[in-house]
Amino acid sequence: MTTTEAPPRDPEHPYRPSLGKQVLAFLRNTWRGLTSMRTALVLLFLLALAALPGALLPQRRLNVSKVNEYISSHGWWGSLLDKLEFYDVYSSVWFSAIYLLLMISLVGCLTPRSFEYVKQMRAKPVLTPRNLARMPHHRIARTARTPEAIREDVRKQLSGWRRVEREEDDGFSVSAERGYLRETGNLLFHFGMLGLIIFFALGKLYSYEGQVIVQANGGQFCNSGIYNYDSFEAGLRIDGTDLDPFCVKVNDFTARYTATNQADYYHSHIEYQSGADLQSGTWRPYDLEVNEPLRTVGDRVYLLGNGYSPQFTITFPNGESRTQNTQWMYSNPATMLSEGATKFDQPGVTDEVQRRTKQIAITGLFAPSSFIHGGVLTSTAPQLDKPMVAIDVLRGDLGLDAGRGQSVFSVDQSRVADGRLKRVARQNLAVGQELKLDDGTRIRFDGVNKWVNLQVSHDPTQGYVLGFAIVMFAGLGASLLVKRRRVWVRVRRGEDGSASTVIEVAGLARTDQAGYGEEFQRISERLVTGRKGS
Amino acid sequence: MEINETLSQYSDLLYTTTVAIYVLALLFSLFEQAFGAKGRRAAERSKQRVLVGSGGLEDADAPVEPEAPREIGRPERIGRMGAALLVLGALLQLSAIVLRGFAVHRAPWGNMYEYGMAVTFITVVAWLVVIKKFPVRHLTGFLLLPVVILMFINGTLLYTVAAPVVPALQSYWLVIHVSAAIIGSGVFLVPGVASTLYLFRTAHDRNPAKFARFGPKLPAADVLDRIAYRATIVAFPIFTFGVLCGAVWAEAAWGRFWGWDPKETVAFIAWVIYAAYLHSRATAGWRGKRAAVINVVGFAATIFNLFFVNLVTVGLHSYAGVS
Ligand code: HEM
Repeated sequence: MTTTEAPPRDPEHPYRPSLGKQVLAFLRNTWRGLTSMRTALVLLFLLALAALPGALLPQRRLNVSKVNEYISSHGWWGSLLDKLEFYDVYSSVWFSAIYLLLMISLVGCLTPRSFEYVKQMRAKPVLTPRNLARMPHHRIARTARTPEAIREDVRKQLSGWRRVEREEDDGFSVSAERGYLRETGNLLFHFGMLGLIIFFALGKLYSYEGQVIVQANGGQFCNSGIYNYDSFEAGLRIDGTDLDPFCVKVNDFTARYTATNQADYYHSHIEYQSGADLQSGTWRPYDLEVNEPLRTVGDRVYLLGNGYSPQFTITFPNGESRTQNTQWMYSNPATMLSEGATKFDQPGVTDEVQRRTKQIAITGLFAPSSFIHGGVLTSTAPQLDKPMVAIDVLRGDLGLDAGRGQSVFSVDQSRVADGRLKRVARQNLAVGQELKLDDGTRIRFDGVNKWVNLQVSHDPTQGYVLGFAIVMFAGLGASLLVKRRRVWVRVRRGEDGSASTVIEVAGLARTDQAGYGEEFQRISERLVTGRKGS
Repeated sequence: MEINETLSQYSDLLYTTTVAIYVLALLFSLFEQAFGAKGRRAAERSKQRVLVGSGGLEDADAPVEPEAPREIGRPERIGRMGAALLVLGALLQLSAIVLRGFAVHRAPWGNMYEYGMAVTFITVVAWLVVIKKFPVRHLTGFLLLPVVILMFINGTLLYTVAAPVVPALQSYWLVIHVSAAIIGSGVFLVPGVASTLYLFRTAHDRNPAKFARFGPKLPAADVLDRIAYRATIVAFPIFTFGVLCGAVWAEAAWGRFWGWDPKETVAFIAWVIYAAYLHSRATAGWRGKRAAVINVVGFAATIFNLFFVNLVTVGLHSYAGVS
């Protein structure tokens, strides 16, 4: 009898690996843990969980004002969420951390599996086990056919399989396997995903997106700098100094609506120039539509929105006149009732102080299909039918040169409150009508133009992302549809001259058992009976 | 083009009729489930098959024993009628969808009502395929329960009159992306139900006192697991394709292929959950119960995606919303 004894412990000198070894062991264990399938599963779940708040809470990158509203209406709780980056989920530290860990985990499991894969692709199918009856699928039968005939038949029946024949004492056995494409697909899938994740992240660094409103009566926009945009968002590696130069000119805009005032069709004739055309001054036409962006020099130009620009002409007491056509923003997208502010400097006034008492802003409402009810202007439809404005005329210091940027759609309300801007008229005007101010200034509502909101997008990696996504999808198809499976056949000669041969067939699905039963039934039927099968 | 009001009304009528027929089929199937012997038999048969597979020798030379002819009791007959009603309902629902398409002259899945109508149709068709392959007809009621509830909400709260779609939706991607999403989501509802039943069944297997009346009438856990897995591996690639096409379309319509719009986010979450399900089946210690729980969570995400996202959050996909 032997007993195994632990080596005697020396309490004075317990076994202690050196620090270097400890660190190494720690790293190795961490790496193993991180790249195990279970960790990948947990990380996948964490990723799903971490993505969820982005769907439930307002997000800055989609809607800043909603975020502010949410924070102010939820007190300390709202600000806490803000500190924890819950309004910028997809750029938050914790989301990126999970993302990064998953990527490491993915690399960690792909590396060994790739080696394994190469080995497997060259390996022969395993030996036929001694006891085939242990396999999940098994069949045994007697037959009058000779072993040699069966050998021929098995070769034919299993022609698409990777096979090994082995001679045995009283006969032979065949070990066959197929469905190697599953592993190929699986690796493709995971590599595709890895590539997709990497290029998606790179794209965040090198892409930009800008929006700009352009008048649709020949207005122009050039992609020559950030300041040409109304809003601009860019990745870390973009500083706006070397945008791909191109220009667009918006010649018109057409919207069509259904009888129920639902938008049915948007269309804009534009012209653009890029590359050599910029030097030669050649304009090329393009029909800009929703779903049909203009693609040029790696940038895309989208037709995102549209609106109205009421045009006003002011005739000053000295006889000079000024005309402006400023975009107003719809407050109701269904009826295109719009709000805005058209701002004028009085011409010919050189004295700064004087000038600041004479600036004029026209603010109020614009209705493309006007309807006045109880003195209040509303719009009944989005299309131009009976355009009308209901305006307040403000005079005083607009603060245009106060150094603070102002919205083009409104005046600085604090100036109205403290009296630096005074309301001097309020009136409804139809096209062609005018009003007169106390000092003889006349303001005329001339008519309406349209504006379009263009978005320019640039993302140099999106083609790669698509490529990897396609690899991933193809790999997924192979890895889910192809089953890795084995079949073994063992044939024994009948004992001493008896005419019957014993044929034994067994099967095993290497991956999921689901669905192999039927196929095995078919294969074994053909092998056992030697018939071509149904 | 003009909306054809008459066709649209016929479509609505067919929709209502379909719901009524599904309710009837549900009742018939519950009757079979409650009183039929089929569940127990199916469970026993699948158990036997497992035994054969795991070691028992089978003599292939013996003539295949024909299954003993079973007497068909009343519950079975009613169950069959239920299945026939299900087929009828599916045909009516298909007609409702087609008529809607003719009424609006476009693919009939341009708003939430139409989307919900198509998803539940796919679920029913997927289930018809399942009961053809597996002896689980008596479970039809458990599938129809969520289907009928969804169709009811869809036909009342979410009903939208037939209308053309906004310019962003006038694209062939509407056909490709949305139909892939519909088929994926529709089929995903089947494994959700199967995995839920699986959890009941395994709870009963572990402790027969639990669900003592209900448990034994369910098919063997193995069968339910197989249904869940097979349906998932059909739905998952289709859903993946739908998400990919969505990204390609978003690039053309919204200026970026992925922007964490609420719908995109929830689709991503659902995708990750189902990927986790497939992994869990290849991970020791996660097969069985945990995998089934993950699948049920995926089911919840799919339903959430179908309804919650459009109704509660505001994103670019909200065009499909109800007004
Ligand atoms: C450490 C990281 C990972 C490891 C070790 C891993 C391992 C595996 C293995 C072994 C399979 C084959 C399962 C089978 O044959 O049934 C598989 C399949 C799959 N993996 Fe991963 N994977 C990892 C990460 C991921 C990630 C991050 C995703 C997606 C978000 C993913 C999605 C899939 C999918 C969809 C399949 C196909 C399912 C199947 O073949 O049954 N994997 N993975």
